[in-house]
Amino acid sequence: MRLYELTFNEIEEFFYKLSEFRDIIKDEGLLTFVPELERSVSGTKEGTARVKHAFPIFQKGGVVMDVTNVNQAQIAEDAGATAVMVLDKLPYDVRKSGGVARMADPKIIEDVMNSITIPVMAKVRIGHYYEAKILESLGVDMIDESEVLTPADEEHHINKWEFKVPFVNGARNLGEALRRINEGASMIRTKGEPGTGNVSEAIKHMKIMNSEIRNLLGMEEEDRVKKAREYQVPYQLVELVTKLQRLPIVNFAAGGIATPADAALMMWLGSDGIFVGSGIFKSQDPSERAKAVVLATANWEYPEIVLEAQKMITEEKSMMGIDIKTLKPEELLQVRGV
Amino acid sequence: MKVGILAYQGSFEEHALQTKLAIDKLHLNADVVPVKKPSELNVVDGIILPGGESTTIGIMAQKLGVLDTLKDKISSGLPVLGTCAGAIMLAKEVSDAKVGKKSQPLIGLMDTTIIRNYYGRQRESFETTLDFSTIGGSTAKVVFIRAPAITKTWGKAKELLSLGDNKVMVQEDNMLATTFHPELSSTTIVHEYFLSIIKK
Repeated sequence: MRLYELTFNEIEEFFYKLSEFRDIIKDEGLLTFVPELERSVSGTKEGTARVKHAFPIFQKGGVVMDVTNVNQAQIAEDAGATAVMVLDKLPYDVRKSGGVARMADPKIIEDVMNSITIPVMAKVRIGHYYEAKILESLGVDMIDESEVLTPADEEHHINKWEFKVPFVNGARNLGEALRRINEGASMIRTKGEPGTGNVSEAIKHMKIMNSEIRNLLGMEEEDRVKKAREYQVPYQLVELVTKLQRLPIVNFAAGGIATPADAALMMWLGSDGIFVGSGIFKSQDPSERAKAVVLATANWEYPEIVLEAQKMITEEKSMMGIDIKTLKPEELLQVRGV
Repeated sequence: MKVGILAYQGSFEEHALQTKLAIDKLHLNADVVPVKKPSELNVVDGIILPGGESTTIGIMAQKLGVLDTLKDKISSGLPVLGTCAGAIMLAKEVSDAKVGKKSQPLIGLMDTTIIRNYYGRQRESFETTLDFSTIGGSTAKVVFIRAPAITKTWGKAKELLSLGDNKVMVQEDNMLATTFHPELSSTTIVHEYFLSIIKK
């Protein structure tokens, strides 16, 4: 169990201050979008930054599973997943089928929402404001602006502050993560290479993120100002990360996780939880594997429990997997949307 | 004094930090420890069941053999604070607003009826201000995230705080349940109140 410097409430106060400093920051010449945050002065209010940043906290220590139908969603819930992510095709199949990958069929998402009690998330294409509006109308619990789908806007991400539903975004390093947070993301997914069953890229990016955060601590203030400009985010956000020594919102690992050991390793590297995609439903033992990954994620500090989880599955039934080195540069999904 | 936090999943880190702040405020000589195994339950004087997914926490507690030990200890007087998912785990009667009754591993000791996802989905999650004067605090902002509602209490369960028609904080002897998240609030009053139950 990790303990941090600041409470959730203090972190949220920072985000509200950030919006108050908006004009000052603009005058400093930092090209950043800073939100108009809705703040409830008294009474009851939905969809505030506080409410959106709070939701992912209840996913911590948990596993979010990619599903394509009600049957898979039921398997995920029974296994103890904390949420499901509905997609049209699993990343492995996106890779195989080619063509344009879009958001899932709303009818299927709705069926899933009506059949399970845990949260339901769904993916939209990067920059596709209207796929997101549709999912918000449908009432999904979280929207993933995902590089697994074909990006709709090559230049911009969605302005997530405009939505009442929280967003999760991918990132490979601190700069990407902070830009997404500044755009209003409520949760970060450290990107691996999805649909490969190969965890190496997820490890690489988690380590890059960790070392970039650690490095901030040893820097002079003027160098952190420089970093903020390089990352194209407000300096205050960089200061907050320096103080916390972690991202100010929840960060999960994703992309290539296929076994309980993979999941435990990502937790050990500092992830707050795990996204599992093709790893479960492209294996030959999805139900057992789902349970095993949940067990290993929640108990990663205990190797003997992770061992027990690993024994619940067999390597013979793991998904085949793809060596990243055999992929052509244009086949990489992680490089989309920086 | 040792305060345990069931730490498989959910807002366990936030509870730990908030409990530490409450301990400091009350100048108590106390520790906060994570609990995942039955043996770790033997050393605590009180236990917090955090917010998260009640199905996940229940499945995990059952799998690791914590659920039954926890049930025994709470029924013989171990102080417990259950928030959101934790409040669901404590209730005797649980159903879901949309899906209805589903079987899930629970503790089921409190004389309460609780309805999961009562207010709707995440889009309907909200922040509001509650008045904590009944337990010695002032007003503070709290969040309700896909929150359940305690729609009925009987027996020895008594309401401490309500919001509209529903009870949001209920106590039954050594058991305390909230449907909001005191661990994400600016006030430590709920944790202070829980510490005072442990001290008794």
